[in-house]
Amino acid sequence: MSAAIGNTIVSLPDQTTAQIPKRNYINNEHGLLSWLLTGDHKRIAILYLISITFFFFIGGAFAGLIRLELLTPQPDLVSSDTYNKFFTMHGIIMIFLFLVPSVPATLGNFLIPIMLGAKDLAFPKINLLSWYLYVIGGTLTLAALVLGGVDTGWTFTTPLSTHYLNTHVITAAMAIFIAGFASIFTGLNFIVTIHRMRCPGMTWFRMPLFVWAHYAASLLMVLGTPVLAIALVLVALERIFGIGVFDPTKGGDPLLFQHLFWFYSHPAVYIMILPGMGVISEVISTFSRKRIFGYTAVAFSSVAIALFGFFVWEHHMFIMGVSNYSALVFSLLTMLVAVPSAIKIFNWAFTLQKGSITFETPMLYSFGFMGLFTIGGLTGVFLGSLGMDIHLTETYFIVAHFHFVMVGGMLMAFLAGIHFWWPKMTGRMYPESLSKLAAVTTFIGFNLTFLPQFILGYLGMPRRYHAYPPEFQVLNVLSTAGATVLGVGYMLPMLYLAWSLKYGAIAGDNPWQATGLEWQIQSPPLTENFTETPIMDHEAYDYEWLANKTKKEVTTVG
Amino acid sequence: MDSALATTDPNMPETEVHAEHEHVALPQHRHHFETEEQQREAGSFGMWLFLLTEIMFFGGMFFAYLLYRNWYYPAFAVASNQLSVPLGTINTAVLITSGFCMAIGVWAAEVRKKGVLVAMLLLTTVFGLIFLGVKYDEYHEKYELHHIPGDSFNTSMFTNPAGYGIKEEPLAPDMAQKTQIFFFLYFAMTGMHALHMIIGIALLLWLTWRAQRGDFSSGYVAPIENFGLYWHFVDIVWIFLFPLLYLINRHPLH
Repeated sequence: MSAAIGNTIVSLPDQTTAQIPKRNYINNEHGLLSWLLTGDHKRIAILYLISITFFFFIGGAFAGLIRLELLTPQPDLVSSDTYNKFFTMHGIIMIFLFLVPSVPATLGNFLIPIMLGAKDLAFPKINLLSWYLYVIGGTLTLAALVLGGVDTGWTFTTPLSTHYLNTHVITAAMAIFIAGFASIFTGLNFIVTIHRMRCPGMTWFRMPLFVWAHYAASLLMVLGTPVLAIALVLVALERIFGIGVFDPTKGGDPLLFQHLFWFYSHPAVYIMILPGMGVISEVISTFSRKRIFGYTAVAFSSVAIALFGFFVWEHHMFIMGVSNYSALVFSLLTMLVAVPSAIKIFNWAFTLQKGSITFETPMLYSFGFMGLFTIGGLTGVFLGSLGMDIHLTETYFIVAHFHFVMVGGMLMAFLAGIHFWWPKMTGRMYPESLSKLAAVTTFIGFNLTFLPQFILGYLGMPRRYHAYPPEFQVLNVLSTAGATVLGVGYMLPMLYLAWSLKYGAIAGDNPWQATGLEWQIQSPPLTENFTETPIMDHEAYDYEWLANKTKKEVTTVG
Repeated sequence: MDSALATTDPNMPETEVHAEHEHVALPQHRHHFETEEQQREAGSFGMWLFLLTEIMFFGGMFFAYLLYRNWYYPAFAVASNQLSVPLGTINTAVLITSGFCMAIGVWAAEVRKKGVLVAMLLLTTVFGLIFLGVKYDEYHEKYELHHIPGDSFNTSMFTNPAGYGIKEEPLAPDMAQKTQIFFFLYFAMTGMHALHMIIGIALLLWLTWRAQRGDFSSGYVAPIENFGLYWHFVDIVWIFLFPLLYLINRHPLH
């Protein structure tokens, strides 16, 4: 085995003779319809990848507009209600149409059946239906935007959303309701697949941690999303018929909406981050060439995060007049979530220790994830403490906190995963040095954008305003400058990944010398994934097994 | 198709036999499942999970109901007394009968009695429709009394019950307003339940057509079983709605 020479483990086949396999899932059938009516989980993953990328750049454009308005203290670019529409659209698109489906619907869809040694997800038609629901949800969101926008914030806070606004709340709520079912079906499909479709020998504790993370996230999708659905139905009924369930003048309680909404929307944070953590586990192990440290602990910490995630929602409502005693309990529970998150970070750190670390692009993104997620997570503990929360809530500190977790954490993980599995999905390598540049640019741009916002928030700049006192301008200019760099950092991968589809080096089956089942088959895979049902006869992340296997192949061929 | 291929060589290792679909006996077997057993298990597991999401969906409304019932107890007690227990009881019996027919239908599919299956599916549909008819009658009565939440909602029956010949303590006007929340939740919960029944009846008609065609006469019963789970779930939701809306603390004043 000739891996780990110099500072890289990339082992590409001889480029003069290398070829993309004649038959694979991409060229198995031709024509647009063969994609739009496919049941193949890999093709559906590609459909999802294209559509979420589209929505990511729309959401990103709104982020750019927000930062542009905040360049100066005066409200000079847009009026206040237009600004409200900007950040609402940014939030709705980024959360429901990008972050929630990002890793699960693309990488998860593509990889989970292969990692389990199955031919497809349990319900291919429901998988396709899920994509169509997503597209309908996305289209309705765009319709709400084109018809004149919606300005409730992504949280649809009542009574603002039910009584005081005359924008397209119902269209947007319907969009999210439908996109929510896309997410329910994805989660349902994953859970059934993981329970029922594992290949012989694939015990629960031989599954890659990527699958464990998706299992935990799927539990959240299946249990949380319906509650959001009913909350939005009630908002729509309240708006249309004035039924009074959230209206204090008729005896309703706006706080009830908060409970129902955050019962989903806090676990949704873990729907977004857990699959990303799964990606990081795979990447860290591969590029340290070590079995992940504390496999069982990492696996169970995913489930623990999912479990605790359901019991912390009230920390979004500390200043909304909930009982002090329940606030105390929820504050404590909130801090408890830090424990399984820390277990993951520590175990990744110990995986790195004395590993043969190399710095390929996915690894750079993963390091970005570990640093930024840790900052995002720890500031979450600040916000979970009652006294601090009263000072910091509804300020830019919150904005910075959840962007560190969602963008610094999840988006980094998504890009790590896309780069890591790009050779498997397309059969071609991305350009290595350019992608390293993109990873570093993203990291620098990110920190420049959001670190100043922590200070702004601490100094008391409230979120959701399009004007601010002039003394905050320096930090805001820094933030806007960072956003520009960040924008470049996100444009780069899109350009060179598209370029690599045609011009990238042929990747071969296992360019990273990784151990997962997905790396033991051809890239891009066959439509049926495996020519024969694999038998899992080793633990996950067993690099000795891989070394022996590779040695044997060389002797039989040579 | 490829099942013939696999049976040609009995010495093939076990796993390859699986890969070649040796056990495929039914045309409904989908390629990505190793065995029919796996397909059936996956299907019913998926159905149970779907029902779990349904529980969470209804759960939001149950939560709201319990919360407001606790807050506005007098209004909820009086308003719930206006629901007709006899009609509710009849509907409960009708729905349980419908569920019973469905259970017999599942059994009939499993023992491949096509005639019984079709008859039972039709009976299930008929009882489902009776339920919806009774429900319509109840809704219509509320409409006539102006008890449908919204602009035309009228609280005079609760502020002046004697005027309507009802033996209740009159409510203060602000508390009487709260009956609107009761009726909203009543319509939302029973309406969502009725919506599930309507979807169920549409599915029943489709299943009856397929059963008549003979789709479920050869041992492939997964759709019937899974639909049975759904139909029983809809029953169970009603079993919770009936006491919560109609029965709890009936006539506390007497």
